[in-house]
Amino acid sequence: MVSSVINVDDLSASYQKNKVLNDVGFEVKEGTITAIVGPNGAGKSTLIKTMLGLHPKLTGKVSFWGSSFKTAKKKIGYVPQRGSVDWDFPTDALDVVTMGLYGKIGWFRIPSKKDKEKAMNALKKMGMEAYAHRQISQLSGGQQQRVFLARALAQDAELYFMDEPLAGVDASTEKAIMTILKELKSNGKTVLVVHHDLQTVPEYFDHVLFLNKTVYAYGETEEVFTKDNIATTYGGDMQWVGKGDQYVIQSTSH
Amino acid sequence: MLSNLLHINTLWVMASTMILGIAAGGIGCLAYWKRQNLMSDALSHAALPGVVVAFLIIQEKNLLLLVIGAALSALLGAFFIQWFTSASRITEDTAMGMTLSVFYGVGVMLLAIANRSPGGNQSGLNNFIYGQAAAMVRSDVITMVVLAAIVIFIIFIAFKEWKLFLFDPDFAKGIGLSIRGMNVLYTIVLVTTIVIGIQAVGVILMAAMLIIPAVSARYWTHSFKMMILLSSVIGGASGAFGTWVSSTGSGLPTGPFIVLTSAAVFTISLFFGKEHGIVIRYIQFKMQQRSSRLDHQQVMTEKGGRSQ
Repeated sequence: MVSSVINVDDLSASYQKNKVLNDVGFEVKEGTITAIVGPNGAGKSTLIKTMLGLHPKLTGKVSFWGSSFKTAKKKIGYVPQRGSVDWDFPTDALDVVTMGLYGKIGWFRIPSKKDKEKAMNALKKMGMEAYAHRQISQLSGGQQQRVFLARALAQDAELYFMDEPLAGVDASTEKAIMTILKELKSNGKTVLVVHHDLQTVPEYFDHVLFLNKTVYAYGETEEVFTKDNIATTYGGDMQWVGKGDQYVIQSTSH
Repeated sequence: MLSNLLHINTLWVMASTMILGIAAGGIGCLAYWKRQNLMSDALSHAALPGVVVAFLIIQEKNLLLLVIGAALSALLGAFFIQWFTSASRITEDTAMGMTLSVFYGVGVMLLAIANRSPGGNQSGLNNFIYGQAAAMVRSDVITMVVLAAIVIFIIFIAFKEWKLFLFDPDFAKGIGLSIRGMNVLYTIVLVTTIVIGIQAVGVILMAAMLIIPAVSARYWTHSFKMMILLSSVIGGASGAFGTWVSSTGSGLPTGPFIVLTSAAVFTISLFFGKEHGIVIRYIQFKMQQRSSRLDHQQVMTEKGGRSQ
């Protein structure tokens, strides 16, 4: 039997007056890749941030391998949205990836040559070794995303949270990222990805979490990735444009 | 003019403003990437009432005690800014603008009261407005140097932590760096640097010692470490040079000369800086224009040759 990695129970969170998460509960099994999907403002990023303690929770419990985030955080990797940092910051790609190792290096110590090698290997995996000493401000959006992924790989975590890693990247970056995700899965790692493109869900992910302030459905993609679930999650004003096995959603209200 | 360089007191004072400049240059880089340049200005203005109140209580000019008063009042200002911003609809820049002027106004008012008190007008408290490094006595210099050295030490020992904290605080928190702890440490070193500098540079101009070296250094490097080092060097050199110039005439304030020196460095950086300096960028553009024009001509002649 596969053990569960994450247990979320009755989780809720808010931004000022607006409750963005309400009674969220689910359980993630080891070695799965889950897509978190839902409309804009459904609380997808907030869910990840609340689980990682980056946003305060109102109620509920989140546990990793049966223990709290504090004890498990060494085994958890996080890839924030690309837009969450200032890419003008004076540093190069290799240096950003090395940041993934800071927790292991220890505070107030200087990264060793070995650490730099590890960071370089992570960059290589993302096909970015040629850009190791490039200023991060001079990287394209897709390259910046790869640097973030490489930093998470350098962390060598067991469980990864990724916030829209495929947003606004070109086809080759998307392919590179998905190759890495599959590799992580085959190594028994667990990955949760906030995803915006419904069309690629069945191809990329084995589990889906439908979220719109609360969980509408969660389970294996084959079972829960249905028109019904999509329609209820995205609201009644969605109109279906079905084309073979392609999923296209149009909103009639905009 | 050079003879006063040999004066031992001038050397002492120059050394202290140099160390102050080094600390301020380093902290300035942290403030620059925390996007809090105006914050340092608000904090230095907010320090003034604390200085005067401390003087009114102890009735003598002991720099360490005045600095503690300044720090408390600056921290109170910082608290007000934070509180206004989080508890009301007032935005941060409005809160800073208000705190800055109200605290400064209170400071000037208290200063007038202190100057009327016995021994008040000889106290040299007025120097805290525009800065008068020459007014510092030996014990002032020692206080300043020790505190500045601690600040410099904290910047350099936690170098990679500062970088992570400023670049990506969410990620930093995820891998176990205490963001609250870093914020507290940042505020402590920022306030310390400001309050030890106000006697030499003055509350009005202290913020320039943090901002100008940092933004000048930005024009020369693409590495965070180099930026901090360079900013410290610019700050230290401006501190020493400005102090020396102000010591050549009696009663010249120190702050303005330090600020003008670093502003000169900034002007040079703005035009000739290796990274995006205006002149350098223009030359690069012209060179690129010429090479693409040559390419274009080559293509045209090749085409012409083929068509004949």
